[in-house]
Amino acid sequence: MPAFAAYASFVIYPLATGIQYSFYDWNGIGASTWVGIDNYITVFTNQNLLGAIGNAFFLIAFFTVIPVGTGLVLATLIRSMRDGVFLRASQTILFLPQIIPLAAAGIAWSWMYAQTGAVNQILGWFGLGWLGRPWLADYDTALPAVGLIGSWVLTGLCTVLLLTGIGKIDTSLFEAIRLDGAGWWREFFTITLPGLRQEIAVLVTLTVIAALSTFDIIYTSTQGGPGRATLVPSLLIFRIGFTQSDVGLASAFGIVMMVLVLAVVLPVQRLARASDH
Amino acid sequence: MIASRNEVLIGRVLLILALILTLIPLLNMLSAALQPADRNPTGMSWPTDPQWINFVTAFEVGNVWRLMGSSAFIVLCVVPVSLIIATLAGYALGGLRVRGNRVILIVFVLGLTIPFESLIIPLYYQAQALGTLNTQWAVIFPLIGLFMPFSVFWMRAHFVNVPRELSEAARVDGATLWQEFTRIQLPLAMPSVSALTILLFIWTWNQFLLPVVLIANPLDRTVAGALTFFQGQYYLSIPLLNAGALIIVLPAIAIFLIFQRQFIKALLQGAVKG
Repeated sequence: MPAFAAYASFVIYPLATGIQYSFYDWNGIGASTWVGIDNYITVFTNQNLLGAIGNAFFLIAFFTVIPVGTGLVLATLIRSMRDGVFLRASQTILFLPQIIPLAAAGIAWSWMYAQTGAVNQILGWFGLGWLGRPWLADYDTALPAVGLIGSWVLTGLCTVLLLTGIGKIDTSLFEAIRLDGAGWWREFFTITLPGLRQEIAVLVTLTVIAALSTFDIIYTSTQGGPGRATLVPSLLIFRIGFTQSDVGLASAFGIVMMVLVLAVVLPVQRLARASDH
Repeated sequence: MIASRNEVLIGRVLLILALILTLIPLLNMLSAALQPADRNPTGMSWPTDPQWINFVTAFEVGNVWRLMGSSAFIVLCVVPVSLIIATLAGYALGGLRVRGNRVILIVFVLGLTIPFESLIIPLYYQAQALGTLNTQWAVIFPLIGLFMPFSVFWMRAHFVNVPRELSEAARVDGATLWQEFTRIQLPLAMPSVSALTILLFIWTWNQFLLPVVLIANPLDRTVAGALTFFQGQYYLSIPLLNAGALIIVLPAIAIFLIFQRQFIKALLQGAVKG
């Protein structure tokens, strides 16, 4: 089975060597020394590394909560629109950010966020010019600003997928509850939301992985700065492994990151499956 | 469909707002790209005298031909090979249900959740050991492996749903396993295969981390990976940087616009199955 061979040599084998590296102190060239779980202890005690993990979890708000939330509201409100040119064109446009490389999104947005960029300009139009600042260079706003790039990329995907999901729900259910005199909220909570459980689980899984492993956007927009305000695990793995040549620590961090993703994703999957019955 | 007028109205307003927000960054790139290259533009405004020449300059300064060639080479190696082996594996797991297929499937599915970033360090040393570091092969081999969980899962989902009577009938007519696969199963699988092709193309074209880490010369990377090189090159000219970035995203957008229906359908199907 060639498929399994490819998978084994470029996913399973690196994973195994990664685990192996993570127990050693190695600079990538010279001899390596066995250090047991020292690298893991460093991951969980070093302020920098913990801060990066914290940042990654903070990004979940922007990569998961905002896109899925906005997607739900948009999808429930536009489901009654007739399938026409406008709706199809909107789908295409909403999807565009999904197509362009994340690195390009990082570049486009970092210029929008600049002191003289479009964000401050638009705030000015609404008389909010006093809010203006170089968003990515400000310690308080850099991380949320980066997070919003993620929201921009993922909201369209969420909306379109949820819209398709709603299309699969039996329309007579909607009509029945409306005849019962229910409003938007009750309809949303008794029919739409339960009907979309599966789609929501899928989206949460995808977007959480995206949030915990962001690299492209951060690399091209802030490089983790200012200070350590937007430092995330993937960028640290890159730096520790290739700039500081501490391969063991970087590998341990990689393994921790994978375990974190699994720890968040598996319960979501289980919830979705359990509530299917 | 019963929905109050207010809801429809709010829905439309929100949708239009979402569309505007989606388009602003892209339009902003375009408006910046058309400003005079030697000045730093401010904010978003349509230039009075659009400098389309910036695209030509960015194309030349950025060695875009060479970059596109390198990307095309990587795509042409990754996509067909992935397709062939994933289709065969999908058929073995979903159609033939070879022994142990459940276990193999579970091992593949676990691979779906491994972030590329977790594997990048070992992949670097593996490429060094194989002697492929700093060549396109350093990216090609791992990408085939990394895309394999999704691709196999995708093709299996198709073959599982093909009625078994079909292959039994072919066998009764005296077809060998290989004949049955190429003459009957493969034509039926074409929609799934072409959807997978589009997904793999976009993912390879946009791949950033692997090329940046594994290939030192930016001109040998994928176009997305080369964006960092653009950032350095055009550090002083925001218009040229934006023009360069737009040139780079154009092929992906073109493919998307041409195949958008299949693409959206593919992504949705894949998401729900995965």
